[in-house]
Amino acid sequence: MKYYPTIGIECHVQLCTKTKLFSEVDNDARGKEPNSCVSPVDYALPGMLPRLNGEAVRMCILAGRAMNCEINQFSRFDRKHYFYPDSPKGYQITQFYQPIIGSGYVELPSGNKVRINHAHLEGDAGKLTHFDTYSLVDLNRVDTPLIEIVSEPDIHSSKDAHDYCKELWRLMCFAGVTYGDLYNGNMRFDVNVSLAPEGSDELGTRAEVKNLNSFRSVERAVEYEISRQSKILDKGGRVIQETLGWNDATGVTTGQRSKEEAKDYRYMPEPDLPPIHLTDEFIASESAKLPMMPADYREKFGGVIKEDILEILLDYPALMQKLNEIDNKHVVLISNLFASVLLAEEKSAEYLNDLPTAAQLADLAEMNEKKELSSTATKEVFLKMFDPQMKGKEAKTIAKELGVVQENDLGALEAIVDTVLAKPETQKAQEDFRNGEEKVIGFLVGQVMKESHGKANPSSVQEILRKKLAH
Amino acid sequence: MKTANKTVTATRLVQDALDKAHEFEDYNIFTFLDEKGALEKAAEIDAKIAAGEKVGRLAGVPFAIKDNFLAPFGDTTASAHILQGFPSPITATAVAKLEAEGAIPIGRTNLDAFAHGSSTENSYFGPTLNSHDRERVAGGSSGGSAVAVALNIVEFATGTDTGGSIRQPASFNGVYGLKPTYGCISRYGVVAMASSTDCIGFFTKTPDDMDLLMEIASGKDSKDLTTLDDYYNNNKIANVNKIGVIKDFDNDSVDPEIREALKNKCEALKSKGYEIVELEMPALKYALAAYYIIVPAEIASNLSRYDGVRYGFRSENSKGLNELYANTRDEGFMPENKRRIMIGNFVLSSGFYDAYFLKAAKVRTLIIKEYAAAFLKCDFILTPVAPNPAFKLGEKVNDPVAMYLEDMMSVSLNLAGVPGLAIPAGETKNGLPIGLQLVGPRRSDKALIEFSKVLEEA
Repeated sequence: MKYYPTIGIECHVQLCTKTKLFSEVDNDARGKEPNSCVSPVDYALPGMLPRLNGEAVRMCILAGRAMNCEINQFSRFDRKHYFYPDSPKGYQITQFYQPIIGSGYVELPSGNKVRINHAHLEGDAGKLTHFDTYSLVDLNRVDTPLIEIVSEPDIHSSKDAHDYCKELWRLMCFAGVTYGDLYNGNMRFDVNVSLAPEGSDELGTRAEVKNLNSFRSVERAVEYEISRQSKILDKGGRVIQETLGWNDATGVTTGQRSKEEAKDYRYMPEPDLPPIHLTDEFIASESAKLPMMPADYREKFGGVIKEDILEILLDYPALMQKLNEIDNKHVVLISNLFASVLLAEEKSAEYLNDLPTAAQLADLAEMNEKKELSSTATKEVFLKMFDPQMKGKEAKTIAKELGVVQENDLGALEAIVDTVLAKPETQKAQEDFRNGEEKVIGFLVGQVMKESHGKANPSSVQEILRKKLAH
Repeated sequence: MKTANKTVTATRLVQDALDKAHEFEDYNIFTFLDEKGALEKAAEIDAKIAAGEKVGRLAGVPFAIKDNFLAPFGDTTASAHILQGFPSPITATAVAKLEAEGAIPIGRTNLDAFAHGSSTENSYFGPTLNSHDRERVAGGSSGGSAVAVALNIVEFATGTDTGGSIRQPASFNGVYGLKPTYGCISRYGVVAMASSTDCIGFFTKTPDDMDLLMEIASGKDSKDLTTLDDYYNNNKIANVNKIGVIKDFDNDSVDPEIREALKNKCEALKSKGYEIVELEMPALKYALAAYYIIVPAEIASNLSRYDGVRYGFRSENSKGLNELYANTRDEGFMPENKRRIMIGNFVLSSGFYDAYFLKAAKVRTLIIKEYAAAFLKCDFILTPVAPNPAFKLGEKVNDPVAMYLEDMMSVSLNLAGVPGLAIPAGETKNGLPIGLQLVGPRRSDKALIEFSKVLEEA
């Protein structure tokens, strides 16, 4: 039988605030010792009280607006209880009843829309590492601010599941609310998949695949679930509502715990945090800070930059923001340099943090357009802009230091050509050319280039040579 | 209160307090005496005085902290086994503010473990004895602090009041005890019982001392988002002319001598020209029931952090995580702690939340409204603190409901967030202190303290 899949996705996004959601310690634990970014509040000493990080609230507004969501004027926190060493307080502070981000939608590149039910603000849990006879607890991640984005079940294919996750990732990165490092778990996806016979109005029983951390694994897990559930249904079996884990190496989902004995989290209003009241003015002024989103860039550059290059660059907010600062007439050249030169570099990730200024890039583009730089030299100068020794220098200065500025002065070029044509070793070639041997022009251009120490513009040289040899 | 000067030094004041603490050792008042630390702090104050430097408003005044305040001397145990071996790296805001004015903490006082109780009998360290009758309870949960002040060991002591834990022991020992407006003093660094009703307050021997301590300790604290801004101001006492009494509290369940004391005070007030207004507050009879749903829910939640993983007591020889949790919490908590954890988890569990917790929250709203309406009819309300004077040790230990009934006239204030001041009002024929409770609208704490002086004379 043919089945119609229905997919809903919950996505956790770690916010890149300076400090944690409820304390003043560093929220950026990357590369730091375990348990070194933990305050007495995160550690849940007795008598410690949470303090709400205003930056996290502002980021919620940006994240919400990026997904076309309403921002709720009133929201509040609840405690979600469970015992596990990754939760020092014995509960997670979350927003169960009244979340800060209301309903909205995300538009995929295909034009399909996925509605957002809501998104809530909460604290992350710590991390446990298990060994044979013991486990280690690292609380660095405790109460890193998270938003959990809950979609409506509007997705019906593995490709749309993939595209939705990727678009969410782009939206969050462009909004500047997360580092967006998937490898380190900055965004994690829980995917609910159910199948119903095609044409049926009723939804099937869903299974949830938890903790996926790449778009590819989302796509594969959905494909796997569709095929697994189809087989069960084909045999007349029943899909169990359960939570599954995904093994990226084997490409198989496995049961973790059955939701049939559902956990009771004993939700309770958080008495230590007063509710959040946001005024319309505050929401409006914070929303106005939302930078351009992928859809805005698609609209602006759609006819200018080739679609495949644009979609590549849309993975890099820093590059799009830079392109946005550059005069439209240079955008094609610079976008090509970004896509084919910068992103091909081994250190590109590092370079993205420290891009040349728009003025530097505009100068570079102009030199190229004036033919002062060959396309090879343009790439060379561009890359040198990331060299610590050259950084901040003007394109012209770098080009001069590299000695790659092309000679475009026709008078000077003519003099060089004349010198070359006067040389005995070029006489035979000149004769051959006049006799119709086209290809020797290359030899002559080469000789002029040599004479000019590589600075002549080869096409100008050829033009002059042809003119002179025609007589 | 007596502050240190050149002739009566801080060292002398502190040494006297320590000597008295030893003299009354068998009352089991202190869980820890910081003799060395207190004398060092006293020497610093004395050096400042000798050098003519400015000292604080509480220079050299010895005081005691209830053992649920975090401070870096001794272990902060909350009189619970599960917190033994927890030396706090932090000082509670309230304690820090008092110390900044030169007050010197000499030790930690006994309480019902985690402040769960009305007699201090639920302490891991055993009960504290009543200051007036050694066969009777100190009251609770801040029993140690109340007795420390009543026996003149210290000038004042800190307490916490979640449902009566300052006012009831104050009344059992004949001292002043204030539960301020909710949010008046920072809860930062105080072991939480029930976050939405916990209040930090004091035991003193005079209203003036209480006023000074409130001036010092109250105020906004960025570490406690529920603290109120700059509210402790001068409400004009001249406006007070109507005193309310609650009709429902005048019944047979209240000790006749306490009813008599209240009646006498009312008569005296009348003769001074005050009007006595009878109040009907029908929602108050549900206060105790609502309290024993909301508070255990918050208790169960707040006690979740005591799991033996990071600090305090950990049960040995546990196999696996679940056993570690179970054994640690089984051995570490007192029976009353466990009772409240179970009630709390029950009322929060899915399927029961609406029937219990949500319903109780609605009752709480009714009580808040009822107090607001009452204060349109009168300026302050005068009631007994507890239905009886100090009872015998062991008398109610095995009857939790009887123990909970101790709180019947005090808990509604915590649910409503309004202030209540326990004031001494004579003694019974048997020489046991009687206390009355003066209740005011939110943020009327200063006027309430001021008016208690009128009552003292009445």
